[in-house]
Amino acid sequence: MTKSNSDDTKIVETPPITDTMQPNRRQAIKTLAATTTLAAVASTTPLFGRYGQAQSAEPIKIGFQVHRTGIGAAYGRWYNRTTEAAVKKINDEGGINGREVQIVAEDDGTDPKRGAEVVEKLATQHGCDIAFGTLFSHVVIGSAPRAGELKIPYFVVSEGHHVASGMLNRYTLQPGITDVKSQVQAMAPFVNSTLGKKVTMIYPDFAFGHDHRDYFSAAVEAQGGKVVAKIAIPPTESSFTKYFPKIPRDTEVIYHVMVGPAVLTFVKEMGEFFGNSRPEIFGFIDSLEAVDLASPGLEFLEGTYFWEGNPRYAQANQSDYDKAYRAAVGVDNNGASISDSKDVSTYAHMFGCWETLHIVKAGMEASGYAGADDRAKLIEAVEAMTSIPHSYANPQGAKEFNGKTHQTFGHQYITRVENSKLVLAHTTSIADTYYPDEVDYTTQSF
Amino acid sequence: MELVPYLILGLLEGLVTAAVLSLMALGLSLVFGVMRVVNVAHGEFFMVGAVLAWQIASLFEGHPAWGFLAALLVAPPLTACIAVAANQLVLKRIEYDPERTIVATIGLLYIIQQVTLMTYGPDARPVEAPFNQRLSIPLVEWTERGLSLYWPWGLGTTTYKLAVIMAAVMLLTGIWMLMTRTRFGLLMRATQLDRETAQAFGIPVGRVYAAVFGLGAALAALAGVLIVPIQQAHYLMGHDPLLLSFIVVIIGGLGSLPGTIVAALLIGISDGMISVFFSPTLAKIIATLGVAFVLIFMPQGLFGKRGL
Amino acid sequence: MSEIRKSWGLHIGVVSLLLALNFILPDYHHGNLARVMVLACYAMGYNILFGYTGLLSLGHALFFAAGMYGMSLTVQHLGWSAGPAIIVGLASGLAMSLIVGILSLRTAGVAFMIVTLMFAQAGYLAALYFGEYTRGDEGFVIQKAARQIGGIDLSDPMNRYLAALVLFAVCLFITLRVVQTGFGRVLVAIRENEERTRMLGYDVHRHKLLAILLSGTMSAAAGASYGLLFGYAGATFASVQYSIFPLLWVLLGGAGTVLGPFVGTLFMFYLIDLSSDISTAYMLIAGLTLVLLTLFAPQGLVGELRRRTLRWLP
Repeated sequence: MTKSNSDDTKIVETPPITDTMQPNRRQAIKTLAATTTLAAVASTTPLFGRYGQAQSAEPIKIGFQVHRTGIGAAYGRWYNRTTEAAVKKINDEGGINGREVQIVAEDDGTDPKRGAEVVEKLATQHGCDIAFGTLFSHVVIGSAPRAGELKIPYFVVSEGHHVASGMLNRYTLQPGITDVKSQVQAMAPFVNSTLGKKVTMIYPDFAFGHDHRDYFSAAVEAQGGKVVAKIAIPPTESSFTKYFPKIPRDTEVIYHVMVGPAVLTFVKEMGEFFGNSRPEIFGFIDSLEAVDLASPGLEFLEGTYFWEGNPRYAQANQSDYDKAYRAAVGVDNNGASISDSKDVSTYAHMFGCWETLHIVKAGMEASGYAGADDRAKLIEAVEAMTSIPHSYANPQGAKEFNGKTHQTFGHQYITRVENSKLVLAHTTSIADTYYPDEVDYTTQSF
Repeated sequence: MELVPYLILGLLEGLVTAAVLSLMALGLSLVFGVMRVVNVAHGEFFMVGAVLAWQIASLFEGHPAWGFLAALLVAPPLTACIAVAANQLVLKRIEYDPERTIVATIGLLYIIQQVTLMTYGPDARPVEAPFNQRLSIPLVEWTERGLSLYWPWGLGTTTYKLAVIMAAVMLLTGIWMLMTRTRFGLLMRATQLDRETAQAFGIPVGRVYAAVFGLGAALAALAGVLIVPIQQAHYLMGHDPLLLSFIVVIIGGLGSLPGTIVAALLIGISDGMISVFFSPTLAKIIATLGVAFVLIFMPQGLFGKRGL
Repeated sequence: MSEIRKSWGLHIGVVSLLLALNFILPDYHHGNLARVMVLACYAMGYNILFGYTGLLSLGHALFFAAGMYGMSLTVQHLGWSAGPAIIVGLASGLAMSLIVGILSLRTAGVAFMIVTLMFAQAGYLAALYFGEYTRGDEGFVIQKAARQIGGIDLSDPMNRYLAALVLFAVCLFITLRVVQTGFGRVLVAIRENEERTRMLGYDVHRHKLLAILLSGTMSAAAGASYGLLFGYAGATFASVQYSIFPLLWVLLGGAGTVLGPFVGTLFMFYLIDLSSDISTAYMLIAGLTLVLLTLFAPQGLVGELRRRTLRWLP
């Protein structure tokens, strides 16, 4: 931990205080008269804030919209654990601007209607400074309009393309996890050059699956490969064998992604279908997130490949940052809970909570955030961020944040199943994940 | 894949679905037929069966068959106890009023789901099958050298899936015997036909209701135990089977055992077959509308004698 | 006569109270109440069919979603403004209830439940199937700029609340009027004894169909307004769960009472909301409350009130 602590001083490279930042600073100082608290003083001097023992002021309240019930519950539990670990770390290091960070968690039932209600509750009832932590896209899209109307910064950890597509608003940001469009297109070169040219895609027949279908097909064709079949599985399905005969015989690579509680059935039945004669298989780990790779029936996956947002198993070249982050969240080297080896984490996604909270901290410190009046300044400070180095605060790897589209970009990992463990086979560059901007949120007024 | 192997695969998968569905629907049908109430929590009994199966199986070391066998013997009676308790505490007191029963069982559904979430957690957990050998299925084709066998790509099933189909057939036979050959079956049928008369003839209607509710839950739990090596135990798994079995019961005609089984076969197999010819989601839409139109033109269901 | 006057007085009083609350309530409850009023319109629509006519539908999410998508898709893809788009939403609801009504009224009882359930399920799947336009389960945002009627910005809290109140008042008074007319009495007669109503010479089928049309269109109005006022349309609102909700709200508040749907919706909302403050196991508390209500207030809250004291309640 000592090493990572020293690294922590450069948690997120604070953006240089440019001309656009200055007025905010001045405003922050103006508000001092109204809110003359120790915290406000601390906020204008980030270093003091970080290391001062001044946790006397009101805590900073972070509203956490968590999937405790509903289909997102398995993810929600780990998002919760990661968030708690991140908040503990931030508080141990002096909080944000010298103020303690407090999490106000509220269950959204993985439902867009309740999601909007929860954002409302966090903003108006609990008086949270920001709302944070949503994973499922429909909840994000259902809640974001309310966040925009209530003018509360809404930091999502969803990997959906909704933020960068321009559908949402200036108050919604995704700085801690890459989006599906960039993930998917970055996979195409590897799939084509290493595994094969003729790809059959199997994906759930709803928006998340359609994103995979559209962005991957386009990227594969740009590489000179071909998608020979697209098999969309209805989301209400619980048995899958009957769909596999639609896979053409000349398929060289299967590309699969599935979400929801039936994922293990899906993968097992795929194994049973192919028997001993499987093509190359490439999958998104979503198909097996929170599932033990040593589960019976998954033996056939040996030698197949997965996309992982963050490698579940500790790799040979594991960074000290990952080691420290893993320990802080309570995950062992196999990606399971330290206290229960059967309790497998959602390791490929949950780092997003940890990183997002550190970005929020950096943004609040850069903008001298003192209270709800400074929300716009917080967003401007985050929008001004660009390169974010690999660190204990960002253990998944370096990132490039695009302030215009409110979306971060980063490395993607491809791992191979060897002895029922996922071993790193390829790391994409950040440049592989870029695509042209589709929106400029900074032109929208607050 | 060529059409014939594809259809065979659709049929086999459909049979597995039908096997599980018929057990579950039979439970719902008994409750529905005898007690005249819609049990919205029926799917939760299915889920409880699967979750208990995981709990029980994880107590056993060694060969997975022991854990599974124990689950098969213990989980359904345990679930039946929960159901009987719910019957005594709630349903009996609201006098099986149809509308109040719906609200009460929705409440029960929430309670069971939340308790499962708090104790078992949100994960989907697998139970290892007692045996699970993949079987390739050969087909016959005419070549220059005469008839010969060949093994189409991907055409196969597993021994466990076949066993599920067999088990369902045996259990359904057992229930049929229970209904037609035993005193309990007689009491049940008498209550179903006419509650007042049954009571007048000294049949302990209250106890018959409790037993039927327990039996219905046990059948759902049994379906849950059988499915859990194929699918995983998850606290929300009861939702879709509830809808499907509800449909099966109505399509089959209320209180008709053969009707229920035929409808389960119809729903299970058509689900597999239609997906051969259409894109999967479109196939689901067609199958769903198909059920609606069967009822529109045959409101009593396929085997129903009178409306309810 | 005095009973009619009393009940108009009561319902006008309720609407006035809700108007007054607009100026008093803290932000959070102000926002909630706006939402509850819109959803209560959905429940009132449901109540006309279930509470007064005695037809238990398990597929009303189809009508709610028809309104929501009718409105939002024209805004999203045809660039229409909110006013005409709401009309499209209502028209979709009307058309959908006409089709479902004509077909499903061939059945009764449990078969009617399943047929409506199946139509709604097909509608839900269709929303997913046409994901290119609807974005399926993920849904889409109705942008703030489009959420205006006659220059009034409906994303503003005050305007939103008042718009919800107008819709609520219209639905409430329609329901009240319906139950006081001959048409409403025939519906109740159908619920109580369909055969006898027919023998008295009433066209039962026509009355039932009209009830479905009214019920479906009111639900669609709620769906369209919900999308417009809260800026989101998604397939979740077409799912089975959202067909069960109005049934639950109506049964809790009191089936066949004019105010019951609103009371039930309000009660259920705060039940979930408050119990989630007490414990993360809020579903357990909600479940127990439902069970207790069926045991001790079998006619729903307003229904129980009517049974015990206010016998004149409509």
